[in-house]
Amino acid sequence: MDNRAESMTQVADRHSMRAWLRSGQPWIWLTAGTVSLSLIMVFGLLLLITLRGMGHFWPQDIAEITLTDGELVLGEFVEQETVTAARVRALGTDVPAEREFVDRFQIKTGNRDISGADFRWLNDTEIASVRYPENVLVAERTEWGNFYGYVEGLREGGQSLEPSAQRWPEIEQRMARKQELAERISVIEKDRMGSINYELERLRLARKSLELSGAAADDPAYAELARQDAELQTRYEELAAQLASLYRDIGRDTLLVSTVDGVERELPFAKLVRLFRPNAMNMGEKLIHYGAKVLEFVSDEPREANTEGGVFPAIFGTVLMVLLMSVFVTPFGVIAAIYLREYAHQGTLTRIIRIAVNNLAGVPSVVYGVFGLGFFVYFMGGSIDALFFPESLPAPTFGTPGLLWSSLTLALLTVPVVIVATEEGLSRIPRSIREGSLALGATKAETLWRTVLPMATPAMMTGLILAVARAAGEVAPLMMVGVVKLAPTLPLDGDFPYLHLDRKFMHLGFHIYDVGFQSPNVEAARPLVYATALLLVIIIVTLNLAAITIRSRLQEKYNAAET
Amino acid sequence: MTQADADQPDATGAARGVSLHTLRDADDRPAIASDTCIEVRDLDLYYGATRALNKINLSIPAKVVTAFIGPSGCGKSTLLRCFNRMNDLIDGVRIEGEVLLRGQNIYDRAVNVSQLRRKVGMVFQKPNPFPKSIYENVAYGLRIQGVKTRRILDKSVERALRGAALWDEVKDRVHENALGLSGGQQQRLVIARAIAIEPEVLLLDEPASALDPISTLKIEELIYELKKDYTIVIVTHNMQQAARVSDYTAFMYMGDLIEVGETRTLFTTPRRKQTEDYITGRYG
Repeated sequence: MDNRAESMTQVADRHSMRAWLRSGQPWIWLTAGTVSLSLIMVFGLLLLITLRGMGHFWPQDIAEITLTDGELVLGEFVEQETVTAARVRALGTDVPAEREFVDRFQIKTGNRDISGADFRWLNDTEIASVRYPENVLVAERTEWGNFYGYVEGLREGGQSLEPSAQRWPEIEQRMARKQELAERISVIEKDRMGSINYELERLRLARKSLELSGAAADDPAYAELARQDAELQTRYEELAAQLASLYRDIGRDTLLVSTVDGVERELPFAKLVRLFRPNAMNMGEKLIHYGAKVLEFVSDEPREANTEGGVFPAIFGTVLMVLLMSVFVTPFGVIAAIYLREYAHQGTLTRIIRIAVNNLAGVPSVVYGVFGLGFFVYFMGGSIDALFFPESLPAPTFGTPGLLWSSLTLALLTVPVVIVATEEGLSRIPRSIREGSLALGATKAETLWRTVLPMATPAMMTGLILAVARAAGEVAPLMMVGVVKLAPTLPLDGDFPYLHLDRKFMHLGFHIYDVGFQSPNVEAARPLVYATALLLVIIIVTLNLAAITIRSRLQEKYNAAET
Repeated sequence: MTQADADQPDATGAARGVSLHTLRDADDRPAIASDTCIEVRDLDLYYGATRALNKINLSIPAKVVTAFIGPSGCGKSTLLRCFNRMNDLIDGVRIEGEVLLRGQNIYDRAVNVSQLRRKVGMVFQKPNPFPKSIYENVAYGLRIQGVKTRRILDKSVERALRGAALWDEVKDRVHENALGLSGGQQQRLVIARAIAIEPEVLLLDEPASALDPISTLKIEELIYELKKDYTIVIVTHNMQQAARVSDYTAFMYMGDLIEVGETRTLFTTPRRKQTEDYITGRYG
């Protein structure tokens, strides 16, 4: 009796299971599940890089940790992990027998110049006590990373100053003076002297090209060049004198500090970027500090092999390269698409071309890099140098990786996308619109120009959006055709011809790779990798949003005709 | 056999074309009635291997309305599209014979198609305004011709819109997008666009078939007005419409022109059995 009831329910179950399968419900669950999984992954990724990247700039409290053996450690808690006691014992640390797990803390202790490392791991069994003294000083330096310690005194021109009650405001005041001097130095070094050097180089090239053209040695042009040269030299020397005095001024003050274990150091103000006491800061001050750090990150140049400072040159390089790429790829792709869709005879040849174009989109990007290096850089760049810049040979002008070749290589990489999207758009323009225009006496070209192309602009924008999305994230080909770890100058500046297409540039994608894997201090730079990745995502999203906004404006204008 | 049949008209057509030219030049158009606007002579049209029009001979008088009626696929739209060479746009179309506009063969090599289409305007079945302002739609043809002077454009646009009985409805919003107009207004806008360039002939390809009865009525009234200035050829499915608006009617069936005549006569006393069957609703 029981048995039969059981088998009955089993049959019913199997029936309902089959009915459920047949109802299509599982299919809905499967598809919805896949979508949710994708969303979770995407948002998880964004959340991770946001948290890791943005957390880096927060001024954490500095802990003074007393170890069980009496040693003092000063630093900020970075990470925590739980490991088995056995593993710790195997590393040679004593752990009480009853402990099964041990918490380990990663402490950023800084002071790389003294201790040789930025980080230190401590087990919870080693820590006796933790306190947060108010007067702990953090000094961001231009070399050797952060310093953590205590202020011992101030020196001006080698003379120690009397310790006063107002020492911290005094330090801040001297820091402000130093910042002001540093800015003046930077203006002279970067802008003025940079321009003079650039001019001098042009004069040198002008002289060289005079020589190449076979001008006589007593040609008046030489005298003119020499005169300009001398003028620039005098200006340069004036600036150099100014600079020397500024350097004397900025080197006046030094800060006497000691680490937690009593090592004394003298920190020249000239080598300090920022001084602060996180434990003494309230929330508002911390927020201001945080904002300043974020601002520095997006607007300043990198320091210390890219592991400190900002990424502005990389942002600039990425955006400029993508814009240039758009300028190259849009007309090229659109014109090609117009020919393929509007003029070419729709036969086998056109079909083959179309297939080839579609397949181009699938070629690995690094192959484009190799092609760009061989064709653009060596062949085209080499020819341009031989034709137009013989005076600077053997040093190449365009025959070396640079901004122009990078954007052209990426334009080549993305042109299939633009062609396909534009063709799609053109094929969607209703026949009746074309006929309407032709029936009014317009030629085919007039019809295209006045009616069809404006209506296809949203599709072209779609192509451009896809192209930008692909190009902004590419790194592999760029490593061969123009990206460098550190570019001394931006490709856009105040020296004629303002946009220097021959210059090498920095790129956020390459920056991530470089900071994350090629830097001497990978561990300290890891948060910067997240921050840079976040920035890259933000920039690509911004570029895309801009294009999408334009497209939706255009669509609004034309949508009724597309139905 | 079929090959020979297809080839024959080709040769004879070409030969006759030459002789006709000389003929016309010799005795200066007595063969063509003074009020004949379009003359179709032995017109054959092939879509690839399919013959869509068979030896059409027809003359269309000036400044009256001529209607083409017939069941779907009989070739009436195809014939209409021969008059402004719209069929040139379709791949694989081959045309033999002649279409004379004021005595000039429009399929002559020397004919500029754009110039021809300025003389022979066309309005399509579905309203097809450009996604531009009402003003720009009407000014389109003039701008193509290079007219830039604002004053001339303004005047022409107003005249065309008045001519298409649309001016009163849109005069306050001529710079708004034309796609915001109703279907009937859009169709009248398209007519205004066509008459703005002052063509001689207006081809209407089922101009009211996508419209509601009131808009249809307006279009029909408009056609009645327009025939004072233009030669109008209209293709319609709707026999009542043909009877209402046209002066002459041509009945086509399976690519053949069956019967042409004054509308009243054709509808009351058709000479051919096929015509009678069609207009009494026995097929089609």
